[in-house]
Amino acid sequence: MPMKIGEKPFFGRVDDALQDHFMRNAMASAQDRFRNKKLDATERDEQVGDWEEWRSAGEEIRRHTLENLDFYLDQLSENFSKRGGHVFFAKTVEEANRYIQKVAKEKDAKYVTKSKSMVTEEIGLNEALEEVGCHVYETDLAEYILQIDNKDRPSHIVVPSLHKNKEQIRDTFQAKAGYTGTEEPHELTAFARSQLREVFLKADIGITGCNFAIAESGTISLATNEGNANMVTTYPDTQITVMGMERLVPTWEELDVLINLLSRSAVGQKITTYVTNLTPGVEEDCVDAPKEFHLVILDAGRSNALGTEFQSALHCIRCAACVNVCPVYRHIGGHAYGSIYQGPIGAVLSPILGGYEEYGELPFASSLCAACTEACPVKIPIHELLIKHREKYVNHQENVKTSEKLAMKAFGVGTSTPFLFQIAVKGAPMFMKPLIKDGSISNGPGPMKPWTAIREFPAPGKDNFRSWFKEHQKGRQ
Amino acid sequence: MKVSLFVTCLNEIFYQDVAKDVVEVLERLGCEIDLPRGQTCCGQPAYNSGYRKDAITAAKQMITSFEDSEYIIAPSGSCTAMFKEYPGLFNEHKGWQERAQAVAEKTYEFTQFIVDVLGVEDVGAVYPAQATYHTSCHMLRLLKETEAPFKLLENVKGLELLPLENSYDCCGFGGTFAVKMVPISEQMVDEKVRNIEQSSADVLIAADSGCLMNIKGRMDRKGIPIDVKHIAQILNTLA
Ligand code: SF4
Repeated sequence: MPMKIGEKPFFGRVDDALQDHFMRNAMASAQDRFRNKKLDATERDEQVGDWEEWRSAGEEIRRHTLENLDFYLDQLSENFSKRGGHVFFAKTVEEANRYIQKVAKEKDAKYVTKSKSMVTEEIGLNEALEEVGCHVYETDLAEYILQIDNKDRPSHIVVPSLHKNKEQIRDTFQAKAGYTGTEEPHELTAFARSQLREVFLKADIGITGCNFAIAESGTISLATNEGNANMVTTYPDTQITVMGMERLVPTWEELDVLINLLSRSAVGQKITTYVTNLTPGVEEDCVDAPKEFHLVILDAGRSNALGTEFQSALHCIRCAACVNVCPVYRHIGGHAYGSIYQGPIGAVLSPILGGYEEYGELPFASSLCAACTEACPVKIPIHELLIKHREKYVNHQENVKTSEKLAMKAFGVGTSTPFLFQIAVKGAPMFMKPLIKDGSISNGPGPMKPWTAIREFPAPGKDNFRSWFKEHQKGRQ
Repeated sequence: MKVSLFVTCLNEIFYQDVAKDVVEVLERLGCEIDLPRGQTCCGQPAYNSGYRKDAITAAKQMITSFEDSEYIIAPSGSCTAMFKEYPGLFNEHKGWQERAQAVAEKTYEFTQFIVDVLGVEDVGAVYPAQATYHTSCHMLRLLKETEAPFKLLENVKGLELLPLENSYDCCGFGGTFAVKMVPISEQMVDEKVRNIEQSSADVLIAADSGCLMNIKGRMDRKGIPIDVKHIAQILNTLA
């Protein structure tokens, strides 16, 4: 499964991540940086006015679009086709890859350039194209770094190479691409640029993802900072854009709002350096546009969420604001999630797209601190969706230990039967007494064990509060 | 003013002193307190773990116990937030939903109640110390209460509040998260503890016993001698 990262089980991946001190420092300082940049461009930016109003507008647009998804997809597809573009609806990852392979074969394509796209990572498009003999070149700097580093995987949906520092990048460039310079970012970038220039010029097919597709005009909108997407979409004669089926807006007016929300939340920019809007159909003598334009609209599990309590997960505009404030991501980084979609939204999306068997632990890898929900520019109640996943997960008998189920049952009975609850309260000091040393429990049995593995467990207080309260009230009368 | 106290299960079992301080502070401010007998636990441990049915059982018990109250006060942002979740548990049951709604609307976190309802910001407490404050996630993000505890602490004589780096990050408690995801929780609480140490405070204050149990548990394990207090304990220290 191309969405998947790594073979180890969840806790194995977490252990690996926790030992990677460089990665963890990088994540923490990146988060602190992103968080401030975002606040400067949103809540603290006077030009923005009331950021909450922007969020509500974003939420409303996304809800409306998803509630009328069929309609807008039809409209998009009609307008795109009317202008000579080719639309293909792919139900599955395989269908998408087969279609793109077919186009590549028809064009006899040797060289393929790509701009940054998570959805093509999701379907494992590079491998599919290599199967039919294409050389695939990632041209987004971060993706380029990952690709030449033995196809390393993305650890962040906006900055895929966040887990690498400049020294590591220098080493990779030296080992894999004949680079001889230093770790100076300018030098590294200039080198990548010169390497990529040649590739842009010889590409037969250019492939992009899609930030938003505009239904009313059949246009694909890409928000980028490096300008590589423009190169990818102007040189080759054939362009293929792959989009998740939810990534569209009704009109240009909504695009305006969402581009603002995206740029400001993702990278703290008022607008990204480039917002490239591409519509098929060109004048006869136009030299800088592809002659053929294919749009692959991907389902691949997204419709599992339609009409369910998870529908709002499809409102996501992939800004990574939730990732950038997540205290769990801060420590375990992206790869530990085992999915190309990491962080809080990854923990919601991955099980929807890939199932509980593969991604069932992810919804539990959250303290439900709700920092994600607070950060999300389109107001997805991310932490509530995590709870909904947990509900579904524990409802499958085989997923949870009987002891946990029994404990929760006992919890239900105990909390709904005050006298039993009081027995537990009164009995606690006695039950725990043998375990207490120096005022706390250091090595608890059973369910206490994981707690005391790293912390002291408090000794129950000696008094009974309700008896105290009764006496206290008598005294006041 | 008549108020009903929801002690919360953690305070009832482990931290009776906190509960007593809550009672004494509220009484000093003129409240007449009752302690509905049927109260147990808000149900959050079950709710957050995905055991909705068991959470509903607990919620019904709380609703029945507190629906006759005028005001419901809990010395915990997290349990208060759970009371606010109750209506959402009964989407298929309008009758219960209305009752849940009524209970949710009159539930306040302790400091919120003092500042917003009683209109008091100085409770006359004296606590000479250098302290830092841990803003619990549920108070901050679910109740969106950012001011009440600070207003109260600013007026405590002798208390100096020191800033806490990355105060907005979770301490790693998260209820069952702390026992299900131990290695991750450990890193989170360690970072929190490091920041608390760096604040050079002698005492850590918070309004949620869950967070405090976690942070104190970790500091005790590491032998870090920083005092830990629930905000009610500070507010009930008079001289
Ligand atoms: S869930 Fe919200 S915050 Fe997270 S990536 Fe999607 S849009 Fe951004």
